[in-house]
Amino acid sequence: MVAHADTRVVHRGGSKINFRAPVITQDSRFLICVSGECIKVFSTSTEECIHHLQGHKELVTGLVLNPSNHLQVFSCSEDGTIRLWDFTDGILIRVTLLRILSMHVSAKGDVFLVMPVKRNKKEKFGLVSLNLPPSVEQHVMVKGHTIVFQSVSTDPKCIAFGQGGEYVASVKDNVLHVYFLNKKTFYRFALGTSGEMAARNAFTCVACHPKDDCIATGHGDGKIRLWRNFNQEKEYTFSTVHWHHSGVNALCFTPEGTNLLSGGLESVLVQWRYGQEGQKDFLPRLGSSIKEIVVSPDGSLFCTSHTDNKITVIKNCTKVSAVIQGLVHGDGVKTALMVDPRTKALVLNGKPGHLQFYSLQRDQQLYNLDIVQQEYINQSNLDQFEVVKAALDSRGSWLATVEQRSAKEVEISLKLWAFDEHTQSFVLNTTISAPHDGPISEICFSPSSQNSTTLVSVSLDGHFKAWQLTQPDPSDDEEASWSCDFVGDYHSLEPKCCCFSADGSLLAVSFKEVVTVWSPASWDLLTTLSQPPGAIQDLCFGRLSCSKYLLGATDKNLCCWNLLTCSLEWSTALDVSLLLADPLSENVAAFCGAEKTTDLFVFRPSEPRPHFSQQALCTGRVTRAVFAPRDEPLDGCEESSQWLNRSQLYFLTHNMELLTFLTKPEEERLMALSKQVPTIDDSVAMTPFYLLLGKHRKRVPCNDEADDSRLWGESWNFGVPNLAPGNHVMSSCVSSMCLLRDEEQPTEVEMESEKEEEDSEEEGASVPPRPEHESSDTGAKLGPVLTKAEHRELRGVKKLDYSWIRGLVTSNPVVNTTKQMVKTPKQRVKTPKPMAKTPKPMVKTPKPMVKTTKPMVETTNP
Amino acid sequence: MGEFKVHRVRFFDYMPSAISAMAFNVHTERLAVARADGTVEIYNFADNCFQEKVIPGKDGRTVEALCWAGQRLFSTGLNGEIVEYDLENLRSKYTVEAYGGPVWTISSNSQGTQLAVGCEDGTVKIFELVEDSIQFQSNFDRLKSRVLSLSWHPSGTQIAAGTMDMIRVFNVTTGHATQRMMVDRAAGANKKKEVAVWSVVFLSDNTVISGDSAGKVQVWDSQMGTLIRTHLVTKWDVMALAVSRDESSLLAGTSEGSVVQFQFISARLDQPDKEWQRTRTLRSHSHDVRALVHTDTAAVSGGNDAHLVVRPFMEKVVKGSKESAPCKITFPHRSLVSCGKKAGILLFQFPERLEVWRLGETHCVYACSLQGDDHICCSTLSPCGGWLAYASASSVRLFQLQYDNDSIALTKVKLPKVLRWANQLCFSADSSRLFASFSQSSVLVFALSKSEAKYVHTLKPKSGETTAVHLMSTSDDGQWLATANSDCEVHVYNLKKLKYHCTVPVYGSCPSAMAIHPTGSNVVMVHADQKYSLEQKEYTEWSRSLAKKGLHGSWLNRVAPVTHVSFSASNPDYIILHDMNMFCIIDKSLPLPEKDSDLCNQNQLRSMNEAARVKDSHAFKICEMFKNLLCVGLMEDHSLVVVERPLLDIATRLPAPVRQKKFAT
Repeated sequence: MVAHADTRVVHRGGSKINFRAPVITQDSRFLICVSGECIKVFSTSTEECIHHLQGHKELVTGLVLNPSNHLQVFSCSEDGTIRLWDFTDGILIRVTLLRILSMHVSAKGDVFLVMPVKRNKKEKFGLVSLNLPPSVEQHVMVKGHTIVFQSVSTDPKCIAFGQGGEYVASVKDNVLHVYFLNKKTFYRFALGTSGEMAARNAFTCVACHPKDDCIATGHGDGKIRLWRNFNQEKEYTFSTVHWHHSGVNALCFTPEGTNLLSGGLESVLVQWRYGQEGQKDFLPRLGSSIKEIVVSPDGSLFCTSHTDNKITVIKNCTKVSAVIQGLVHGDGVKTALMVDPRTKALVLNGKPGHLQFYSLQRDQQLYNLDIVQQEYINQSNLDQFEVVKAALDSRGSWLATVEQRSAKEVEISLKLWAFDEHTQSFVLNTTISAPHDGPISEICFSPSSQNSTTLVSVSLDGHFKAWQLTQPDPSDDEEASWSCDFVGDYHSLEPKCCCFSADGSLLAVSFKEVVTVWSPASWDLLTTLSQPPGAIQDLCFGRLSCSKYLLGATDKNLCCWNLLTCSLEWSTALDVSLLLADPLSENVAAFCGAEKTTDLFVFRPSEPRPHFSQQALCTGRVTRAVFAPRDEPLDGCEESSQWLNRSQLYFLTHNMELLTFLTKPEEERLMALSKQVPTIDDSVAMTPFYLLLGKHRKRVPCNDEADDSRLWGESWNFGVPNLAPGNHVMSSCVSSMCLLRDEEQPTEVEMESEKEEEDSEEEGASVPPRPEHESSDTGAKLGPVLTKAEHRELRGVKKLDYSWIRGLVTSNPVVNTTKQMVKTPKQRVKTPKPMAKTPKPMVKTPKPMVKTTKPMVETTNP
Repeated sequence: MGEFKVHRVRFFDYMPSAISAMAFNVHTERLAVARADGTVEIYNFADNCFQEKVIPGKDGRTVEALCWAGQRLFSTGLNGEIVEYDLENLRSKYTVEAYGGPVWTISSNSQGTQLAVGCEDGTVKIFELVEDSIQFQSNFDRLKSRVLSLSWHPSGTQIAAGTMDMIRVFNVTTGHATQRMMVDRAAGANKKKEVAVWSVVFLSDNTVISGDSAGKVQVWDSQMGTLIRTHLVTKWDVMALAVSRDESSLLAGTSEGSVVQFQFISARLDQPDKEWQRTRTLRSHSHDVRALVHTDTAAVSGGNDAHLVVRPFMEKVVKGSKESAPCKITFPHRSLVSCGKKAGILLFQFPERLEVWRLGETHCVYACSLQGDDHICCSTLSPCGGWLAYASASSVRLFQLQYDNDSIALTKVKLPKVLRWANQLCFSADSSRLFASFSQSSVLVFALSKSEAKYVHTLKPKSGETTAVHLMSTSDDGQWLATANSDCEVHVYNLKKLKYHCTVPVYGSCPSAMAIHPTGSNVVMVHADQKYSLEQKEYTEWSRSLAKKGLHGSWLNRVAPVTHVSFSASNPDYIILHDMNMFCIIDKSLPLPEKDSDLCNQNQLRSMNEAARVKDSHAFKICEMFKNLLCVGLMEDHSLVVVERPLLDIATRLPAPVRQKKFAT
């Protein structure tokens, strides 16, 4: 199978909002920032996201206010287009170019871009000036452009336009270049370039005074130099001020030029008086290191963007008035990606020592949970406690975390947190210090029973331990706490990973090449499975109808065992970096490391043919991914995108970008929604609440749903050039549909699950259970319904055909299928009863989920 | 090049004295530097910052301010006197009592006709320069507090005076104050403390710039009496200000040891209105910067840490040239140590005492302190170690040394009355004669016998030269005597005939060291600009080839001048010379270094094999093992005496600097 045209990998949710400096509008009411492929407009006073400007097909790489019309903003993207937005409506111009890395607008309104310039066969980046034709057409091709600078830095902080747009200052490494645009004269000022001096002197950023001819540059050693007389080859002069102890990351003059703002690693905003640099003010404790500083055109608001994907709005130079927090992209996500069943939030490492709960639907951080509960000291070479593992149980009522510090000896502690309904957050229940003698390689909760749950921790010290909640004596006042229930080992081998079956009746723990299967009820070793060579790297049970399969990945092979026969079902040569089972379907996603890139296969353990495969998904290995259940199952008709219907797959690339898949219908729907005419006055901040109300008001005249949808359809088709607040209209619209559907659906589900129960019981010996409701959603599009016999036959045929692997992985030769695999397994049909029942709780989950979202909204506010 | 037994001497605890005032004469490019012990030194900036003249100080005379008026140099101090110096004979010419208590400052007008002094009692007094003297002219309106600083307007009609808490502008003709400008006190706890205006500068556009004890540099409009701009430079005092000749750049020296530059530049590139902007900060001192001079190409600063620092402005000099090298002068450019070659004793000269040490012993064998107020200007030890002579501004003394085992006894030997003072003293190689340079470059010859010194003859150069001799050297065979004076002239006398022999062709740079070859009767002179020559009536072959080929670039770029030349007794081809940072043996038999070769290649040579070593070796063999050298002398027994004075030792003996907040402390 080839890469699918109808599904593409996008940045959606959790994108970096600190990738480029944000823009504050003329009236200081809106803050515009890049966010992956779209542009977000926030209100500076309420922190609310007001619009999503969508249209770019690639990462947005630059954002500047149009100097000639302060209600418009330019954006450029890696897709080679520049778009001019009216904050609320759509595309005005379109320029076809190569990769655009950043853009600048001088005070005169000339547009400059940084893009690759070929020179002497080496790719360098050049500053290119562009003449945008004053056309009213929506799509404009610009051909003529002139190269101003041959080699510039790609970072927009390294280019600044001087007073009146008369000159450009560009810094790169140890050289400051000043180019006078009118006179076409060029000055070069170099700082000491030898040895150790070079690294310390290197320029990091540049800013030009808005009124005077003064250029401020920041340096790697924390100095700020103010250059004057720079139209002289020799008589130029600079003064130096020094406060930062490490590199200056951002510099910005206030609009009147009375103050200079600087920021760096110290997370302190320093305000220097221009002309009296000895006097300075500080705004400390901004949370994390400052990446960019922006001042509103009237000077009343400062805005700092930070390395932890946060934008802080500062009012009157002194007060932090708003904080817009995106998904924190730390140096490395140590924990697995998880989805909190209550809030549907993504859970992962956040700030140092914290876990963050991030709502992907609303693209907003819900809250941070302080795990380590220790002061973080910002200093290199200092060993600090880090949250390395975390696990949530299936109902979201328990959270287990492992924190580790590897100073001289490894210090580990395991913490268990109970969800407190009252405070709507996790409360520390038990702290187990030194739970193991070695680092913990994996922890997982058993998914099973209602009131008691088991946590299994696997450590490199050769043991795995099961922890259980023990009820104290009723006489004691103490709360229930966790204690060790069982310590298991296997031939003193090092265990690596563990996995519970979907019903919690089996626990698989891998010890080097051996997979041991245990019964959590009695802690008996049931069986061992092994497929040398290669130690097991990842384990995963099949879900639903495939729950009899256990998948294991070694560094060379992907193996699938049938637990009923305790034999290898099939295996194939794949370098799997991550195995992930979708909790809502049989699908299993395998991320495979090819040469420097990662391929993705989505398949069912029972079927040899993958549903979906994409090669060269991204560069680097993917080691963290998660299936996030959708609020609303999609009704995608394309076979290749069906696997995305119930859950959405998010994954983290090695440079900590969160990517996901967007199907075509979904995209179309988003685009259509985003093109809706904005009917709301700018003066009122658009909140979802407002939208909901406004929509209801609109909906009043038309009573039936069909009319309504027609009306919406019209409004989508109408007014193409305008862009709209996509997400909120959509979400509210969708939620209104939800309401309607919810009235019907629960009964449906109920019925189905009942039917299923019957099915599974009677099918006990015939067909593996398959969630009927899913096929009822999708089955119509699959074509003619097959009889069970036909099904079985077809599957048998498919099973024998492993040629798909060859087609996919040309580099990896196909492993010769063992005899066990070729044999059509007769035993396979015998599904154990507890497994067959699994679908039942799964089906019922959607309903409580909808309910839990509401209280979560409240928790975000404090 | 051979091996030496080295005596590494570190017990000479010479302490350079703090620099208290400086004055620069733009026309002659001479810098006068006054030190806390009253010494006044003249540096020639046209000649590689060579210390040309030293006028020894006097007990009880401190110099608070120096000023040039044309070619004349004046100083004032807290003893209330104005002193004019005799620059030819290196003595004070006369003193005039100012009758106003301690005098804090002196300043001459740009025409060089009037001197203004600021006194403790709050008066500004004007003196008129007359030939060979100065004459009191007038008193200005008396101020309430001491006058700490004065500056003439270039036109000579107005004077700005900085006092406590205030700056006054006087009209010179009427003597009345025309403006009063109040200086703010420091904020906070120091609010009650008066602000001392340590320095003022009056610019031709009627701008007055002041530096005060609250750490401010302030720009004033003297016509309106208003403050234009305040730059807070330091938490401590701004001690000194200096402005460039074109009034486009200003330096301010602070108690933190930093020098801050201000430049008169326009905020917008295309517009003419300019303002004073703080630009560079130079940090070259550990202690207070007390005195500052802004030459056309460099900032010259001096202060309590006794270093004289010349920091060139890179935009004013050609990069890589000799002028662009920053230079730090700590030690005097003449020898304070003399060696008794045969006896193995050393004589150390301090301003107020002498110390005699014997090599191999750990304590001073004899110390004699000076009688009288005048400081020692020169001292010498005879090669045999039997005689010691020293001179101050008022007397010359000769002693005979007698050794009994551990101690040394000195007996004073009377010198004839002819010799009232001397600039330079020198014994002949056989210790039978003493040469003393006297006024007008003349040299008096004394014959030394058992216990008396007899005047023999006066040697005079042919031309009517007048400047003082600063170097004297005799040949080992006692036939020749060479003298060098600060006019760059070197005269050679025949001692057998007791008459003038010849004058070496005058070279543009002053000789910093000189010696006569023991066998070849050649004079070796090392000039302050690192060139050097050899001659005996005419340049020798080697000298000509040296002149033809030119010296190696990195040799010419050395900053410190060579202070001593001597010869190896074993190999006549070897010349041993040293400066502050290295000593060098020049082998005349080897070829001169090529332009592109490495000058200091001794370490490299050591690692090479024999053949390559021969190929790569050249005449200059430089040893940089010893640092901060005061003297390198070759003893009779072929051992080397190296007198070092580590700068760290000097720094630890200085008083504690002002407290500065250091990062992470």
